[in-house]
Amino acid sequence: MGILTVNNVNKRFGGLKALDDVNLDIHEGTVHAIIGPNGAGKSTLLNCFVGKLEPDTGSVVFDGTSLLGIPPHKINQLGVSRVFQTPEIFGDLTLLENVMIPAFAKRDGSFKVNGWSAVANQSEVRDQAMVMLEDVNLASKSKETAGHLSRGDKRRLELAMCLVQKPKLLLLDEPTAGMARADTNNTIDLMKTIASKGVTMVVIEHDMHVVFSLADRISVLAQGHVIAEDIPDKIKGDPRVQEAYLGGAHL
Amino acid sequence: MNILSLSRSDLITLICFIIAVLSGPVILEPFGAGYPDLLQKFAIFGIFAIGFNILFGLTGYLSFGHAAFLGVGSYTAVWTFKLLSMNPIPAIIFATLVGGAFSVIIGYISLRRSGIYFSILTLAFAQMSYNLAYSVLTPITNGETGLQLAQSDPRALDVAFGRDYGAVLPPSDLFGIEMTGYPGFYFCATLLIICFFISMRIFRSPFGMMLRAVKSNQNRMNYTGLNTRPYALAAFVISGMFAGLAGGLLAVTDPLAGAERMQWTASGEVVLMTILGGSGTLLGPVIGAGAIKYFENIFSAFNETILLNAYSFLPESLQHMMASVSSLFVGEGWHLTLGALFMLIVIFLPGGLMEGFRRIKGMIGRIGGGGDVSSKSETAPAE
Repeated sequence: MGILTVNNVNKRFGGLKALDDVNLDIHEGTVHAIIGPNGAGKSTLLNCFVGKLEPDTGSVVFDGTSLLGIPPHKINQLGVSRVFQTPEIFGDLTLLENVMIPAFAKRDGSFKVNGWSAVANQSEVRDQAMVMLEDVNLASKSKETAGHLSRGDKRRLELAMCLVQKPKLLLLDEPTAGMARADTNNTIDLMKTIASKGVTMVVIEHDMHVVFSLADRISVLAQGHVIAEDIPDKIKGDPRVQEAYLGGAHL
Repeated sequence: MNILSLSRSDLITLICFIIAVLSGPVILEPFGAGYPDLLQKFAIFGIFAIGFNILFGLTGYLSFGHAAFLGVGSYTAVWTFKLLSMNPIPAIIFATLVGGAFSVIIGYISLRRSGIYFSILTLAFAQMSYNLAYSVLTPITNGETGLQLAQSDPRALDVAFGRDYGAVLPPSDLFGIEMTGYPGFYFCATLLIICFFISMRIFRSPFGMMLRAVKSNQNRMNYTGLNTRPYALAAFVISGMFAGLAGGLLAVTDPLAGAERMQWTASGEVVLMTILGGSGTLLGPVIGAGAIKYFENIFSAFNETILLNAYSFLPESLQHMMASVSSLFVGEGWHLTLGALFMLIVIFLPGGLMEGFRRIKGMIGRIGGGGDVSSKSETAPAE
């Protein structure tokens, strides 16, 4: 039993079968990549993990709890954090505030009216957030407004926002999409560091360079179906994968 | 940190605010605004705008129906006068609570939508309250005449404490001090200061940070484990309570409640006050409320004769022409001036008067400190 178990998940959009009997088992402390051509159902699958979509049939169980029918904020409170394809941050707030908010969410739950205590007195949360910003090399910008950051920096900030919650499972939806090469490499290094700390990650990715330098296991999705699942070296050589995903080209 | 748990600069702001408000009659004297009736309005609408800013300035939810809570507050206060006591304290407590209770209901329903749909829902609720006050609720609101005091009112608490006002209609009084004129102003001013302090604490609290996060990115909030709707509702109810309090104070200074207080123009006015002063800033809404009430007072007092006198230096034909053109903008037409002023602010100073002050401060700093300051304030990294 892994930390996240997906059993026979099906999802239809009208006539399109987006997910067809998907089974997955994500083990604690591993980096699990989900790859596949455009339209294979990768994002749909991820959305089923976070409460954005509900599968038509099948089960998604995280750490002993079924995730079906639970709203996103409750799933996060269970220990699942998510990084978006386009970084989702609080653009009007400072970097420090951006990281303090998830820390407060972790500490105080999904709703708390503490309108009488000053943020300035919350040194514990502030320190936590500053350490996190240092980890992603953004500490020097802690007082800047997050909306002005570069794409790469926004991604690092978003990762810091997720990590400050010490998630049991971190979901990443194409974390390097639309990034310059230098930013991509920085982000890979950062994700490697995170993985080395034992954070369980599920990564959806197009970039093979990213996938093979990061993943412990890879699942290949094609037309809503998992056609292969193995360690990276085996996946590279799997003829079915090359056929479906890589169009027969040799890696 | 000090006992008020405010940072140094906030403490200075608060002290300056208290001094400015309490010495309002002296400071505003040269501007022709140093008389109690107008000062009371500054304080009351300041409270209204401070509350509105907690909703609009922090969470970004633009309510077009806050006058409903103002009206509810006024009716509640007058009813408290009639049934319990002419003392303003129970009146404002009930006005605040009932304003809050109404905003729980309206907020709960309206917050199922965001953006323009939310604004329209709040507007619809307020207009509904306004029309109800004129029609089926006449037994409670006394319809077009407005709710007034009567000699035959029970005033249970006053009777119990042996307070007898005799054959005259009593003004509201705080343990014997009549709430008209300067005492009335200082009563409102005290509450304005308390409300400003509360607003300051909320702004600087983790709760305030969450409200700003609601405005910034609700999607991220949800995926960060935060439930956005109760946060928005809490802000809505707090602002509804401030509006109820302001409505109660209107009744305290003049014990009469009419439905026109709930009309959409009144809701629009508090939006203008907040934006004019600078939404999302601490002081902006108070300044905006003061500015609008001040100009309303100045411009609506103008009439044909004053205008003709003002243009008396011109040849007669020109004098009459100028006077008739200007008269469009004053008196009854002062809303035209307000509209023009508002457009200018929104176009040239989107951050309101507070942004104007900041710019002036920045310019002074640049002249004083050379190029150093300007280069620091303009390092916005490219996208």
